Amino acid sequence: MTETRSVRAESVQADTGESIAEFVRRARVWLADNMPPIDPTNLPDVDRGKEAPWLRAKELQKKLFEGGFAGICFPREYGGLGLPYAYQKAFDNETRNYEMPIILNTPTFTICAATLLDTGTEEQKQQRIRAVLSGDEILVQLLSEPSGGSDLAGVITRADRKGDKWIINGAKTWSTSAFAADYGLLLARTDWNVPKHEGLTMFLVPINSPGITMRRIKQVDGGEEFCEEFFDGLELGDDAVVGEVNGGWAVASRQLYHERRAVGGGSEFASGIGAEGKSEQPIGYPALLAAAGQPDNERLQEIAGRALVHRAVKDQLIDHVYHAVLDGSLPPAGGSIIRIFHAETVQCEMDSALAIAGTGGVVDDGSDLSRFGDRFLSRQAASLGGGTNEIAKNIIGERILGFPREYAADRGVPFNQVKRGRT
Amino acid sequence: MTDVASPERLLFASTAQAFLEKEASLSQVRELHAAGRSFEPDWWRRAAELGWASLLVPEELGGGSVSGDGVADLALIAEQIGRTVAPGPLHPVSTVLAGLVDADDVERHSDTIEALVSGELVASWAVYEPGQAWSPLQPSVTATPTANGFRIDGVKDRIEAGPESDVYLVVAKSDGALRQFLVPADAHGVSVEPQQSIDLVKRYAKVTFDGVDVDESAAVGTAAQTEALIARQSQVAQVLQCAEVVGILDTVMDFTVQWGFDRHSFGRPLASYQALKHQFADMKIWLEACRATTRAAVADVSARASSAEMSVSVAKSYVGEHAAPMLQRCVQLHGGIGVTWEHDLHMYLRRTTLYRSMFGTPEEHNLRVYSLTKELESAS
Repeated sequence: MTETRSVRAESVQADTGESIAEFVRRARVWLADNMPPIDPTNLPDVDRGKEAPWLRAKELQKKLFEGGFAGICFPREYGGLGLPYAYQKAFDNETRNYEMPIILNTPTFTICAATLLDTGTEEQKQQRIRAVLSGDEILVQLLSEPSGGSDLAGVITRADRKGDKWIINGAKTWSTSAFAADYGLLLARTDWNVPKHEGLTMFLVPINSPGITMRRIKQVDGGEEFCEEFFDGLELGDDAVVGEVNGGWAVASRQLYHERRAVGGGSEFASGIGAEGKSEQPIGYPALLAAAGQPDNERLQEIAGRALVHRAVKDQLIDHVYHAVLDGSLPPAGGSIIRIFHAETVQCEMDSALAIAGTGGVVDDGSDLSRFGDRFLSRQAASLGGGTNEIAKNIIGERILGFPREYAADRGVPFNQVKRGRT
Repeated sequence: MTDVASPERLLFASTAQAFLEKEASLSQVRELHAAGRSFEPDWWRRAAELGWASLLVPEELGGGSVSGDGVADLALIAEQIGRTVAPGPLHPVSTVLAGLVDADDVERHSDTIEALVSGELVASWAVYEPGQAWSPLQPSVTATPTANGFRIDGVKDRIEAGPESDVYLVVAKSDGALRQFLVPADAHGVSVEPQQSIDLVKRYAKVTFDGVDVDESAAVGTAAQTEALIARQSQVAQVLQCAEVVGILDTVMDFTVQWGFDRHSFGRPLASYQALKHQFADMKIWLEACRATTRAAVADVSARASSAEMSVSVAKSYVGEHAAPMLQRCVQLHGGIGVTWEHDLHMYLRRTTLYRSMFGTPEEHNLRVYSLTKELESAS
């Protein structure tokens, strides 16, 4: 499990004997010689819904891998460096002024590769983790379905045994950038005669297989990053099974655990810091007040200051929860705390930016403020993705505070007897 | 803060906890209030014997801390005090000591420091002025140079433990420069008027300085370093408030969660209702965030980091914004009993509300964070 591995990693020096300071010095020289410099205050635009940024990210990842700076916290036997989190953080700090393959972090490194590390077969780890660290492959999660997102264990995509093959039929949705991916972690039902959690199996699916049809989902802000996939008689072998047959929930739980940490920004498997691109860039409030023609408006300065406070506390909380989970003062479900705090910080920032932008946020007057109106429209995305805030609050109530679980009509009931909505 | 690493620190924390449980329980706080008292001087001397007033003072001046990180040890005590909203002048004494030990002329204040460390003397920072918001660098009190020293004129108010203090550290303007002076409460020309606060035992005072003559040696630090001393004193005062509030929130959260399990309605514990469970989840998030931001501020103040002013303002704003609403939510979750005098919640709510407003409101700290951010951006 990740926690125990990280505890050990925190307490020992790197096997190489290289101190963090030495590592950083070496990284600084290498980055200057090899990675393209950028202005962190004026990032290139990265649209996750387009092909080009993914090709670019693979290219950059390849450079990192060849330079010996990929997968800093991934084990060496799978192509990583096997170093403690402190090395990754120190490295991240050095990358601030360089173009990094940030979009590979989530879900490829922080969720999918992290889960494979926990639950995959030796062969899956050797092949997939190495391939993503070397910039050859991209991974995606195939979890949510059109019939429902929060009740993940209620998926109805089916995997039926036929000879020595598994035949997949059904549909998945909200898969992040699946169009660019090479492999996906797909949760399917393999036994309908047992309660919902007990009849699931996780499969590692080559995305470009016959039997998969993909469609883009267009979002409020016009982005087309998310996809919907239809499975029509897709054939998989036993080597595609991750974890145990009918043990898929254990694998999915690891994904959710890694996802909550990653979405909040507390994963040691992420590399590089800062925004993915211009549209994700942190809001520069003094510039925003100036653009709105209100640089000396104390009321707006206070609103901006409050947003900056929440942003700062988010970073402090990520660090605090990471260590609290490591030392056991919080259970692993502590990730839900940063997941919600992240969403609420996004809400606070979007609301603050809209308030400061004034009419410039809603009518394009040439001040370039209308993008804050557009970002406001997608505000709730951060409160929905990676499990909704409401589900995360249930988790905090039940798994951190130990409160009684919510009533569930399907608990202990064979899945084929559970009532389902019309989809 | 609560991560008690070494055995010495563990012992220090458990000794403080045992002392507070026995000598500063909630019922004792209620008794003090009923008797119209703020704290017993002898009680504070015994607390000082446990080392509470020595933490910011270097060993050569008679101080010392168990972990070598005095600011963190002090924050630990403040957090423990929050658990029973205990009385006592920990904040004002620590704030004054923070200024004295950093002053270039520290040797000539060594007697005062020694008396403060032993608990024989109580001092408080006279920084607020009537009708003015938090603005420590803009005093209207004056210190006019005389043949032997200075003559202090003007009025300060909201001085914590003002009626109980033996000496005030007064912020004043002298010949256009910002200075601080130690002025004894019994000096000729000093008159003290107690001010009640929303807290059960924290008392304040308005102090008038009417032609008070002090010796040249009453000055603390040079004019050149006064602004830095005031910044340090502010940070210590603010971070102690945050730490104490974390102790309050942790305690209140614990007993409110327990109430959620114990209290039943419609045949179910309160904690089984999703609408309430989500409110508890919000409170858990606020508590951990308050803990995180306070810990970061304590670390920065302790390390005298250049980012200390920013991280203290961040913590003071966040804790100030969330702590009182969290207490009010606990009142709501308790139902009618929560608004009675008999229940302890109001004691915690009072202290939390007091600290929200003192040494800068969240709104004032938000403005500070904005201007610090702007300065940083234009510097880079």
